[in-house]
Amino acid sequence: MSSLSLRISSSVAATARSESDHRLRLLSSSSPTVATSPALHFCGLRTEALKLGANSNRWKVVSAAVAPQNGSASDEFDYNLVIIGAGVGGHGAALHAVEKGWKTAIIEGDVVGGTCVNRGCVPSKALLAVSGRMRDLQDEHHMKAFGLQVAAAGYDRQGVADHANNLASKIRSNLTNSLKGLGVDILEGVGTILGPQKVKYGKVGSSGNVITAKDIIIATGSVSFVPKGVEVDGKTVITSDQALKLEFVPDWIAIVGSGYIGLEFSDVYTALGSEVTFVEALDQLMPGFDPEIGKLARRVLINPRKIDYYTGVFASKITPAKDGKPVMIDLIDAKTKEPKDTLEVDAALIATGRAPFTKGLGLENIRVETQCGFVPVDEHMQVIDADGKLVPHLYCIGDANGKMMLAHAASAQGISVVEQISGKDNVLNHLSIPAACFTHPEISMVGLTEPQAREKAEKEGFEVSVAKTGFKANTKVLAENEGEGLAKLIYRPDNGEILGVHIFGLHAADLIHEASNAIALGTRIQDIKFAVHAHPTLSEVLDELFKSAKVGRTGSLGPEMKSSPILHWLKSTSLVQVWHLLLSKFST
Amino acid sequence: MASPLLSRVSISNATAGNTISFSSSVSNGLLWRRSIAFPDKSSRKVSTVQAKIREIFMPALSSTMTEGKIVSWIKSEGDVLSKGESVVVVESDKADMDVETFYDGILAAIVVGDGEVAPVGAPIGLLAETEEEIAEAKAKASKSGSSAPPPPPAPAAASASPAAPAVAPPKSAASAAVPDGPKKIVATPFAKKLAKQHKVDIGSVVGTGPFGRITPADVEAAAGISPSKSTGVNVVSSVAAAPAPAPVAAAAPKAAASPAPPPIPGSTVVPFTTMQAAVSKNMVESLSVPTFRVGYPVLTDKLDALYEKVKPKGVTMTALLAKAAAMALAQHPVVNASCKDGKTFTYNSSINIAVAVAINGGLITPVLQDADKLDLYLLSQKWKELVEKARAKQLQPHEYNSGTFTLSNLGMFGVDRFDAILPPGQGAIMAVGASKPTVVTDKDGFFSVKSKMLVNVTADHRIIYGADLAAFLQTFAKIVENPESLTL
Repeated sequence: MSSLSLRISSSVAATARSESDHRLRLLSSSSPTVATSPALHFCGLRTEALKLGANSNRWKVVSAAVAPQNGSASDEFDYNLVIIGAGVGGHGAALHAVEKGWKTAIIEGDVVGGTCVNRGCVPSKALLAVSGRMRDLQDEHHMKAFGLQVAAAGYDRQGVADHANNLASKIRSNLTNSLKGLGVDILEGVGTILGPQKVKYGKVGSSGNVITAKDIIIATGSVSFVPKGVEVDGKTVITSDQALKLEFVPDWIAIVGSGYIGLEFSDVYTALGSEVTFVEALDQLMPGFDPEIGKLARRVLINPRKIDYYTGVFASKITPAKDGKPVMIDLIDAKTKEPKDTLEVDAALIATGRAPFTKGLGLENIRVETQCGFVPVDEHMQVIDADGKLVPHLYCIGDANGKMMLAHAASAQGISVVEQISGKDNVLNHLSIPAACFTHPEISMVGLTEPQAREKAEKEGFEVSVAKTGFKANTKVLAENEGEGLAKLIYRPDNGEILGVHIFGLHAADLIHEASNAIALGTRIQDIKFAVHAHPTLSEVLDELFKSAKVGRTGSLGPEMKSSPILHWLKSTSLVQVWHLLLSKFST
Repeated sequence: MASPLLSRVSISNATAGNTISFSSSVSNGLLWRRSIAFPDKSSRKVSTVQAKIREIFMPALSSTMTEGKIVSWIKSEGDVLSKGESVVVVESDKADMDVETFYDGILAAIVVGDGEVAPVGAPIGLLAETEEEIAEAKAKASKSGSSAPPPPPAPAAASASPAAPAVAPPKSAASAAVPDGPKKIVATPFAKKLAKQHKVDIGSVVGTGPFGRITPADVEAAAGISPSKSTGVNVVSSVAAAPAPAPVAAAAPKAAASPAPPPIPGSTVVPFTTMQAAVSKNMVESLSVPTFRVGYPVLTDKLDALYEKVKPKGVTMTALLAKAAAMALAQHPVVNASCKDGKTFTYNSSINIAVAVAINGGLITPVLQDADKLDLYLLSQKWKELVEKARAKQLQPHEYNSGTFTLSNLGMFGVDRFDAILPPGQGAIMAVGASKPTVVTDKDGFFSVKSKMLVNVTADHRIIYGADLAAFLQTFAKIVENPESLTL
């Protein structure tokens, strides 16, 4: 028996109000697709949720058994799809386009992999992997609690830097090979849109080659944003691009911006022995995080570490170290603009966010005007021109459109666009896209924060409830001696819709997907709370979180509550039967 | 929550969005109710609290909670609190919870400090309504709380409070560290934290870091505590420095290792124990000090004779040598000094002789404190105790890291001379070889056989020069060669 693929699809539709409509159907038993491997199509249970939010949408992507090869374009165009920018977004779109059988090309003016792979998520994870271990080894109390004795931990800066660099090269070559393997044409040079369905690519200044494509996706990404007044010399005043190379570990570094980039670097630098000063323009550190999670994170990630901070201030001028002087940072009040202070530090990292990279794209050729540099798009990622009209056959995904500046969001948008082009109406639900900050411990989130949810509730007139679970009671957490953590669920008590989940704690970034998948699939709390989690695992934190939510108690869903234990029993017994059936098939 | 101690109770999410509450839709609110109570004076009969000083109580965070542990105080003494602000984090069995104040006021005193435990309802802090009441509250705190930390000087608290109300708590810390005075104070984040923790006025600390900034070490020095980093075992090597450690010398302070040659097949790799790692670290650190060595022959016939006499009384050779060294050091204080920063002499007020002892798998230096002042018998007694403690690994830090001069003796193995490495933080170390019968000629040309011992001192040439060391050795030799004074 070589391989068995088990596809579980849904057949049972039930609304939150009428769960008694649950039905079990065993649709088909076995239908061999490859001679030796029977594929079992087994229909399980799924609750068809009420579609309440306008943007709730389900993926219907079924992975194909055999990866298709790059298709051939029609005679009219050179390609079915041309993607400008081979970052994670472009890569995701290209792979999905090939799956559709389209002839696809990807234009890259720099290196394959884009920001994420070369100057972002990927190398930073390598540094954070090191910082996590350094933290563990340096925490004598923690080690003692395990009964471990560890000699003073030290590190070799170059070794750490090499690890980050090697990881980036490895992922870059994986990405390149996967594109080449599928037959995607990688065209080198800067891509410029000449007109509808027409792109030029080539070295800057050269005449370049012109190609035509039925559809074009802009996926040019972003670059580090450097505010004016800041002089980046790449040595003592740096952006994440240079910081990831870890060319030196300063004794004292100021990090301008306390978003997730700044936070992650503070984790790296403090683990390697630096002291850190945050400069944040807003009144609180970690803007953008759920306030409660932010508060706990401050207590764990900032207060006990060698970190101090200035909030409500702008760094109006940053001068690199020179002529025997340290790096000078002039701080002004964010509101009154009055000078507040001057910092003298050994280095400054500018982590004030990212700016879209759309220069040289030739947007003027198709009458598109950027908004603060971002390419305006509609909910289908289709580009909108200066007159507010949709530009046919032109899409923009990822950081360049600014909807959600995350690598996996770009990729999801790319796949959504390919679906849309292939004729399937597809709107990506951005509220189902998780985000994570890889500090130690990690922070992750999906959906709305509590204030956002309450604001929405006020407008739309529904009730919001919050459930929370600490990590302290989880067995695995206690075994790991990592008790600090909180999972928070924001939901509608009337119908059990998950509005947001926020996690701070060990492996939070890996835990969030149960929640994000639930949001993406429209699963309600009253259903997911019956899902079984292996014991003892960290995922039981979410299990407990869902179970602690009180759905229907304040609303009018009494009957549902009564019927659900029976349903639960029904489901489990039926499933057991199905499993037995399956097992008997396997064994024969 | 019918406890008479709790005058007001806040229940879960009813008041603020940031309260800790597990499942805010719980109607009975039994478990995760959060409360803090400052009793009104009217409702509290027992207390003799003056008009506007309120007690902050250990809240009951669950129906079963009997006592709570303070994780940390978010606010410090002297901070101005406004209603609804989080003040303290209390640990329950499931999570740490923020507890907020119900009243505006000034946190006058913390009665139960970070990490301490208090029963539910016990006062954990005092809240004053006005500045004038702070002193009163403090007095009360010092009376009531036995575990209360010593209150900081009142002016510090008072000066910090008036400006603070509108400022967020972390900022008040930052701005307190950077006063508007004419002198610009630059202190690193950790230095500021330490200053706050040890209640050191950062304005009075002299910065020795780059660009004159105040480093954590400066604050620690000002607070009179030993640097936290080097609390490891203070060890010296009395082993001959045979392999030239030149490549290590070139390494940057933080660099861990240059690539080592591949191990010979069949070899085993054994990681350092904590003590061995401390030795290794100290040895590498010692390379930053420019040292030199001066040797000196000492005749020991008379010392040996004295030793035979006092041996029955429990006197050891180590005690004799330590006493002799201490007496010589008393006359040459510079050899007992140390150079901490490359700019100054640090003259030590006492003469503490550290003596290197090999113990199973390691090396430690028990310290004979005030060796010049104690008599030989007391010193021997003390030494015996120290060695026993060292073997049992029960030496307290001050018993092994307070040395001002080190003695290392390998004479018992028949070693005639060797060269010691200077331990960090000290000015000199003496390596003592075996005393051996040697043919000597006196000034008249007569041969005789005398016991001769070679001593070799390694010293920090930044503060101790050749002539200093030579003079010291001459004194030492005189004392050893005429040892009567040792028994005085």
